[in-house]
Amino acid sequence: MRTVIFRTFAPFITALMVLFSIFVLLRGHNEPGGGFIGGLIAASALAIYGISAGVGPARRALKAHPMSIAAFGLLLAALSGLLSLFTRQAFMTSQWVTIDFLGVAVDLSTPMFFDIGVYLVVVGAIGSIALALEERESD
Amino acid sequence: MTPAAPDMTILAVLAPFAAAAIAPFAVRILKHNAAWPLALVPFLIFAHFAGFVSGVSQGQTFTVAREWVPAYGVSLSFYIDGLSTLFALLISGIGTFIILYAGGYLKGHPQQGRFLSFLFLFMGAMLGLVTADNLITLFIFWELTSITSFLLIGFDHLRAASRRAALQALLVTGGGGLALLAGFLLIIQITGEIEMSKVLASGDVLRGSALYLPVFLLVLGGAFTKSAQFPFHFWLPNAMEAPTPVSAFLHSATMVKAGVYLLMRVHPVLGGTDIWMTVLPLFGGVTLLVGTLLAVRQTDLKLMLAYTTVASLGLLVMLTGTSNEKALEGAVLYLFAHSLFKGALFMVAGTIDHEAGTRDVTKLGGLRKAMPITFAAAALAGLSMAGLPPFIGFIAKEVLYYGTWGLPQGAMLLTVVAVIGNALMLVIAAAVAIKPFFGPEVHTPKHAHEGPVLLWVGPVVLSLTGLAAAMMAHTTGELFIGPMLSSLKGTPAIVELHLIPGYISAPLILSIITVALGVVLFLQLDRLRGIIASILAAIGWGPDRGFDQVVAAIVWISAVVTRLLQGGKMQTYMVLTFAVTGAALLLPPYLMGSFPAVPAWPEFRFYEWAVIAIAVLGLGAVLVAKTRLTAIVSLGIQGFAVATLFMLFGAPDLSFTQFMIETLSVVVLALVMTRLNLSPRDHRPFGAKLVTGIVAASVGAGFALVLMAVTQSPFDARLSEFFTQYSRAIAHGRNIVNVIIVDFRGFDTLGEIAVVVLTGLAVLGLIRIQTKTHAGEASAKTTKAAKSARKPVEAR
Repeated sequence: MRTVIFRTFAPFITALMVLFSIFVLLRGHNEPGGGFIGGLIAASALAIYGISAGVGPARRALKAHPMSIAAFGLLLAALSGLLSLFTRQAFMTSQWVTIDFLGVAVDLSTPMFFDIGVYLVVVGAIGSIALALEERESD
Repeated sequence: MTPAAPDMTILAVLAPFAAAAIAPFAVRILKHNAAWPLALVPFLIFAHFAGFVSGVSQGQTFTVAREWVPAYGVSLSFYIDGLSTLFALLISGIGTFIILYAGGYLKGHPQQGRFLSFLFLFMGAMLGLVTADNLITLFIFWELTSITSFLLIGFDHLRAASRRAALQALLVTGGGGLALLAGFLLIIQITGEIEMSKVLASGDVLRGSALYLPVFLLVLGGAFTKSAQFPFHFWLPNAMEAPTPVSAFLHSATMVKAGVYLLMRVHPVLGGTDIWMTVLPLFGGVTLLVGTLLAVRQTDLKLMLAYTTVASLGLLVMLTGTSNEKALEGAVLYLFAHSLFKGALFMVAGTIDHEAGTRDVTKLGGLRKAMPITFAAAALAGLSMAGLPPFIGFIAKEVLYYGTWGLPQGAMLLTVVAVIGNALMLVIAAAVAIKPFFGPEVHTPKHAHEGPVLLWVGPVVLSLTGLAAAMMAHTTGELFIGPMLSSLKGTPAIVELHLIPGYISAPLILSIITVALGVVLFLQLDRLRGIIASILAAIGWGPDRGFDQVVAAIVWISAVVTRLLQGGKMQTYMVLTFAVTGAALLLPPYLMGSFPAVPAWPEFRFYEWAVIAIAVLGLGAVLVAKTRLTAIVSLGIQGFAVATLFMLFGAPDLSFTQFMIETLSVVVLALVMTRLNLSPRDHRPFGAKLVTGIVAASVGAGFALVLMAVTQSPFDARLSEFFTQYSRAIAHGRNIVNVIIVDFRGFDTLGEIAVVVLTGLAVLGLIRIQTKTHAGEASAKTTKAAKSARKPVEAR
């Protein structure tokens, strides 16, 4: 699996895929995309990096254990639902704020954070399975 | 007497649970003296229920309810009538003295707080059971008594015998509880009422129902297991593994009477039928005889009392089963008398054990000088149990003889059974209450002396109550026995009790025969004991051993089933899962004959044909592939083709996801293959391949059929219209699929991603186990190999 060409290109492919996955995640509310798909793309990127560079470097590049990323995503998704309780609305009622960022109106919302949570869960869970399965190949 | 306050009843029932929470802290501060303030709780509950006595005796009933689970009609509702009042008074009254007794009995025990806590939990459950109006609530309290009884029997959990007894009691009474639940559900179904008070008002509806027999048997299943009727009696003597306060409270005075309570409670709507008047007297009578005979054989004070409790419960069931007014009156009186004298005698037995160091009746004697107060209490309670005047036990025996003697059918048989039972009861009463105290002083393991006040106050008060109730027989009948009898009959009843029989009648002569027979048998006690022991040895088998055999059989069957279904072979799991899925999809349309119609063949464009051709090609490649890796990749080709089809038919989101899933599936499958060291080729014989092939084809066909059926049923557009209309307007998103996932159905998604995380953890765990096993095998070979194999485990 570790041909020179693959090893050379893999980091770029990975970087591009992660970037693309974030793009897909953020545009998801209006165009095809969203947390699930974005997460799957990022997980694939992680798997590719693990195959090309080895599991050790892939884990080091991640900093955190992929399972903690997944757990954090779950926490983020749950917390985003809790925000509505402060406005005396039911759990997971969506909240919207529009802020002016350098002259551009940016919509921030709890569903967005929820979707980011979904993304992190998928990246973390699928990524950790993929890395764990790749583990022995890297020795 | 306190005034009646129905609204406080909920508090009264819940108060013991609160006391259970504070008991451990109270004991930590006050040591065993915490029993004094804690006993105030049941005492106040007693005062509360005493407030109902005058109203109830005038024929009033009280109901009070608070919503609990309104969606299912379950409410915290309570029904106060003669039956529940007397039971509640017995529970809280005896409970007061049991708490005090437990304070003295477990003095200095490191877990005394926990013990008192369990006792209070039980008290609350039992109060709830006898006062609950809602059938489901009643069932919950019923099971709570089983659970708290389990905790109390297994209190000394370091001993195997305690653990076995606790588990046995839980399985027997808990199993009966499930039968009871089924019975209750049927009752609710038939009468359409969930409150006991309304069910009782339904008259002959239950008796006339086609489902009367199942209801009857299921309710009996609950009552007979709880009240230890033969052949379920074995758990009660084993429950004597519990500390004595538990035996006195749960296994004589209160919990085991729950079954009798239930029979009495449903008597107005279920009783009086032929089967009722056959089954109950039969089992009750057998239980009475078996219980007394087994009691005579014992030498342990507690076990003797335990078997007579079984016998007394049998007597109560027998009398309840006659549905005869006088016999029912006897049952009510006997229940009242039994709770008083049996509770007292158990506490006496415990005190003797506590102070003399043994409760083996053959090793005790001459204790009356060392323990004068305990002796007095024992004598009073024992005389009541023996059925001698001037005690409540005597009146109860007179009335019940009057009842059995006057029965239209089977009078002779039941009277003979009752006489033999009562005579043997007298033998045990003498053996427990007289024998340890008279005769020459015997050297006991501990130097015997009078117990502290905490230990004797209970037995003294309870046995004196038995005397006072008989002295004021008229009041007892008017205030307690009459109202309770009214509840049993369902119509008002008036009870006139007299301590001294006015004339020589059949019951009096029967009483004299009973006493004479009892005295003769007592003098021959040792020989009687020998005879029964040899008979039992000849039989060899008993329900207690039968219980072990049943449990062993269940364990064996589950082991076989587990080996069969969960042999640890992945292939079996997969085939089973998919075979069941296929059957679930194909069987219903086949059985109902409702296959969807073959749809009209659509017009495809040429590029659509091309994509379909690629999919078929990929599928064919999977089937003919030489190596597994080729098959996995070919499956990916088929998947990509399908994803392209989604794209062509205007479902970009779905197609997008499908692409990613297919990619990852190929990667993960390939990794799994290398990881698990699967051989590159499939070496299974043709037969095995054929089986999996058929299973796979049927699952595929099943899903295709379902999809066809779904698309052919008329399309309900309400949901899509709703989402199209609102996803932009209120959720600010144009991508409807995404809006549904993260906003409209966000809660579902939260559950799904939680599942994803858990699946990830599970897969990780499985891989770890595998790695560790490898590491273990490798380390046996060489250290170097072990190091390299363990590395992945360490490297997170």
